[in-house]
Amino acid sequence: MYKREITLHINGDDRDVYVRNADTLLYVLREEFGLTGAKPGCLNGDCGACTVDVDGDSMKACLMLAVEASGKSVTTVEGLKNAAIQTEFIEKFAFQCGYCTPGFIMNCNSLIQKYPDADDKVIKDYLESNICRCTGYQEIEQAIKSVLLKDSSGA
Amino acid sequence: MISFDFEYYKPTSINEAIQLFQSLVEQGKDPIYFSGGTEVITLGRVNQIQTDAVIDIKGIPECLVLKKDEQKVTLGSAQSLTKIREMQLFPFLNKAIVEIADHTARNKITLGGNICANIIYRETVLPLLLTNSEVAIASPNGLKQVPLQEVFNQKLNLEKGEFLVQVTTEQSEIDCPFVCVKKRRQWDVGYPLITTAALKKEGYIKAAFSGLSDYPFYDPMIEKSLNNKQLSKEERVDQALQQISVPILDDVNGSAEYRLFVLKNTMLDVLDELEGVGNV
Amino acid sequence: MSWSIGKSIYRKEAVEKVTGAAKYTDDYSKKEMLHIKLVVSSHAHAKIIAIDTTKSRQIPGVRAILLGQPFPLTGEEINDRPPIAFDKVRYHGEPVAAVIADHPVQAKKAAELVEVTYEVLPVVNSVKEALLPNAPLVHENLGSYERIEHVYPEPNTNIADRTKIRKGNMEKGWKESDVTVEANFSFGPSDHIAMETRCVTAEIRPDGVVVFSSATQSPYMIKKLLSSYFGLEEGEVIVNTPLVGGGYGGKVAVQLELIAYMATLAVGGRPVKILNSREEDMITSPVHIGLDATVKLGATKEGYLTASEIMYRFDSGAYSDKGATISRAAAVTCTGPYYIENIWCDSICVYTNHPYATAYRGFSHSELLFAFERAMDMLAKKLKIDPLELRKKNAFLPGHTTPTQIRLNESTVGNLPKCIDRLKQLMNWKEGQLIQVNERKVRAKGISCIWKTSTIDSEASSGVILTFNADGSINILSGVVEIGTGTKTILAQLLAEKLKMDINKIHVKMEIDTQTTPEHWKTVASRGTLMAGRALLKAADDAIFQLKDIASRVLMCSPDDLEVGNEMIYVRDEPDTFVHVKDVCLGYKYANGYSIGGQVISRGNYTLRHLTHLDHETGVGKPGPEYSVGAQGVEVEFDTRDFTYKIIKAYSVLDIGKVLNNKGAKGQVMGAMSMGLNFGSSETFSFSNDGKVLNPRLRTYVPFRYGDHPNYIVHFLETPYVDGPYGARGVGEHGLIGMPAALANSLSVAASVELNQLPITPELIWKEKKGVE
Repeated sequence: MYKREITLHINGDDRDVYVRNADTLLYVLREEFGLTGAKPGCLNGDCGACTVDVDGDSMKACLMLAVEASGKSVTTVEGLKNAAIQTEFIEKFAFQCGYCTPGFIMNCNSLIQKYPDADDKVIKDYLESNICRCTGYQEIEQAIKSVLLKDSSGA
Repeated sequence: MISFDFEYYKPTSINEAIQLFQSLVEQGKDPIYFSGGTEVITLGRVNQIQTDAVIDIKGIPECLVLKKDEQKVTLGSAQSLTKIREMQLFPFLNKAIVEIADHTARNKITLGGNICANIIYRETVLPLLLTNSEVAIASPNGLKQVPLQEVFNQKLNLEKGEFLVQVTTEQSEIDCPFVCVKKRRQWDVGYPLITTAALKKEGYIKAAFSGLSDYPFYDPMIEKSLNNKQLSKEERVDQALQQISVPILDDVNGSAEYRLFVLKNTMLDVLDELEGVGNV
Repeated sequence: MSWSIGKSIYRKEAVEKVTGAAKYTDDYSKKEMLHIKLVVSSHAHAKIIAIDTTKSRQIPGVRAILLGQPFPLTGEEINDRPPIAFDKVRYHGEPVAAVIADHPVQAKKAAELVEVTYEVLPVVNSVKEALLPNAPLVHENLGSYERIEHVYPEPNTNIADRTKIRKGNMEKGWKESDVTVEANFSFGPSDHIAMETRCVTAEIRPDGVVVFSSATQSPYMIKKLLSSYFGLEEGEVIVNTPLVGGGYGGKVAVQLELIAYMATLAVGGRPVKILNSREEDMITSPVHIGLDATVKLGATKEGYLTASEIMYRFDSGAYSDKGATISRAAAVTCTGPYYIENIWCDSICVYTNHPYATAYRGFSHSELLFAFERAMDMLAKKLKIDPLELRKKNAFLPGHTTPTQIRLNESTVGNLPKCIDRLKQLMNWKEGQLIQVNERKVRAKGISCIWKTSTIDSEASSGVILTFNADGSINILSGVVEIGTGTKTILAQLLAEKLKMDINKIHVKMEIDTQTTPEHWKTVASRGTLMAGRALLKAADDAIFQLKDIASRVLMCSPDDLEVGNEMIYVRDEPDTFVHVKDVCLGYKYANGYSIGGQVISRGNYTLRHLTHLDHETGVGKPGPEYSVGAQGVEVEFDTRDFTYKIIKAYSVLDIGKVLNNKGAKGQVMGAMSMGLNFGSSETFSFSNDGKVLNPRLRTYVPFRYGDHPNYIVHFLETPYVDGPYGARGVGEHGLIGMPAALANSLSVAASVELNQLPITPELIWKEKKGVE
């Protein structure tokens, strides 16, 4: 297995790592850096459990080769520090088993950064990228909306 | 996880990409161009795509162009569907884009990737076909600009070593009234049962379909029936259905017979939308 | 005043989960770990002629390749399944080989190169086909398999088990009826789709102890079964279970653990890991059972049920696993929550060449209720009686006897009529079931009543250990797996309530280690709160006893005069005379240095009382502790031209006894409702004519996404269950079980056609409409 060295900018740090060209970003985050917040759920881009942030956009880490992320800024759930959405997920009971949670939170975070005044349509457009099997999504809806409301009120 | 290994190149010019391809072929390799790469990764995982070298075209400036001048809109093939949508240059195309996969996936899927995909739906092709868009194709003999309709037959017919660089559409075409409707087996995300795109230009309705057969297509005979103003809308649609000459899909998303039922209703809606309810 | 009960306490592992720090089985890795990749069957039924591993052995890093062996045969009730297929494959996706290699890529590459030659056999592609007189046999040797005492396979057929309910006198029942309805109801197998795919690691330590880590709902079962299949000492098997990413019944089955054990054995005990791909998790590992049912009901013209004849045929797939138990559970509550004097029911577990079934949230109840509650609506229609009225007239009440002829009382069954009344009000039932919205669209309402008991092993038990820290805080050790239900937070609430203390000073060990965590039978059947809760209360009593014992010597009084609360032990009528818990919970030191006591370590356990097996000829017996009841509803907006619909509202009125954590309970119910609606509306495996699963991916299987969800309305009644902790009943499954029926009932009204199959896609409605036109 041929490996090459690349530099990834992860959660604010430059990290050098040897990867196969065929390795996905998800694999490298988990197996090389121990950043296991991003979860494997389908490895097919369908479930969103592996969502991270790449240069400000939510990204399914299973749909990106690690080599493609070279030179880009990657934020995983471990890189979020006290984001409002994390607190709201707790307060609104927006998770149960917690497996889809990091992916949902990263996607929500990207939405909040990009569209702080998002309406129902935009929220749905973003959040239908992730699957949760425990909740009825209603709690997730409450969590994201309470962050958006707080932000847009200028508080 | 992909079990085969491949080389990865990210050229910064069209020429470099073309030359890379040729030299890899000369080395006995079987390279493929890589744009969003989502298919290489997901189909590679199950060995439905195999390659020993990928050439990532996301470093080529021409492939990243998103621009609008007075007459036309040009979209780079390596731009993500999300970026294209955010630019809001092409509402008809956007309507097709917004139903493809999901938002996060569209941050990675590119226009070129969707047009050239193995997946049978390739829904971005529908509005591009109907708006007489042109494609810029990089080939060993240089860049060529051709009407999409000429090179798209079931799929984009590229010669070995060629790749799609840009899509160009006349603003006048973009300004035409349009409809794009995606019907699924159930709920709001996922592959289509049928996606129908239609556009009205100079009073004439053109329509193209994805998911009805195992490739996207448009058919002048179907359009002719839809535009037969001698008949009522129902009759026109019935006649159009008679004109379908492609094999109709029968799969987990729906039976062939059900697809025809859905298509019929969709065509009626398209006529209502583009001609106004009650207009015969 | 309540210290904690009823409050919406955040889950104890909440911060871990929102920061990505929460660890699940695959999140643990060791550099020296080897990786297993399965080779799975590409046929549904075929003889294995040859397996050629020559090419795969040439891949660097390959350490061993496991092939099927005749023994051990494994199973929950009937030992009918080799962990890796031997001689023949019985379902598409069945493991036929397992490759063990240094790196997961090497394992995958090598697995892809294993060449299997099959001779295709005729496929049993449905329950109906399985029961035809000349059906191919899925198991030729059914008669000779080892099995437990209370399962009744029928050799030379595809029937793995049959449960019979014979209550009253059918002849009399039919004679008393003025009206009858009879119909067939069915759906195929589907899947749980836990977001975490199943994952197991295993190693054999130099001292021979086998250590697993598994994403499982039944760590203690793994220990038992491993010992029974492979002759290991049970004490020499240790199972660790970290947080589990959803189970819904699917992680009850013991499957990958067996392969992982054989794999580590083959590589000298080195640690190995197996992680299901999504495709494997959907079809190789066990699935949600399918059903084909016939229900016949008789009633007087006033609408009183007089007789019910029921045939439930469960599609257990290639192996019986939990299928037999599920078909038995369906017999126990076969009529839904209605009192019927005369009942005949046969519930059978049928082998087919489909992926094999295991438990699914609700354990036969969403399945049987779909059939029975559809029949109730058909009966109401025929009688021209309001479907809610019909249900209320026949509602099961305290004093009535169940199909297994157990008389229930106000504690053992909740208040169904009250649930129906509340639902009626919430749904604004009086506006009518069908409302025209515009030319094309209608709104329609449908309902289903529910009941559920938990047919679990009569000797199932649960234990809890409490240990104290020097700051007076307490650690809870319980064998309940945290699969998302929040049960361990509930345990902390119960303890805070009992000891009248701040819940923040109660710590809960989330991970299970079977060597140090007291056993909890299995984390299933909505029984965590009841069983572990009762064990916890007993342990709390023990802790109080120990604390009072030491404090009585400090305060120089009888322990009988003391109370525990506010982290103090105080004299009951002179609360100013006290000692802090923190000063005695690790022993007490007198001023002169003398010390007494030591760390307070308390324990409690609980076993369900007086459960019995069912009589094989009549079904008489007490298989479960209590019957929770409820009434559910669905409101859809339906397009009468396209047959598409949107689920607008979904209602649950459940009598769950004392509500321990309000938001937690609502979350459980809404999540379960979502799962039930998803099952009812879109989830199913699609099979080719030769039994292959055509949609083993999330892309083509279509789980609900954000925005597909209706508005959920959840109300609780609190009829206390005397045996439950603070009067609580189970709540983990109940939200699901009436949803498919209520959805089908609403859509049958909307489309004015009987919709008796699931999932109800627009295409199904179109087909049914076409059929009657």
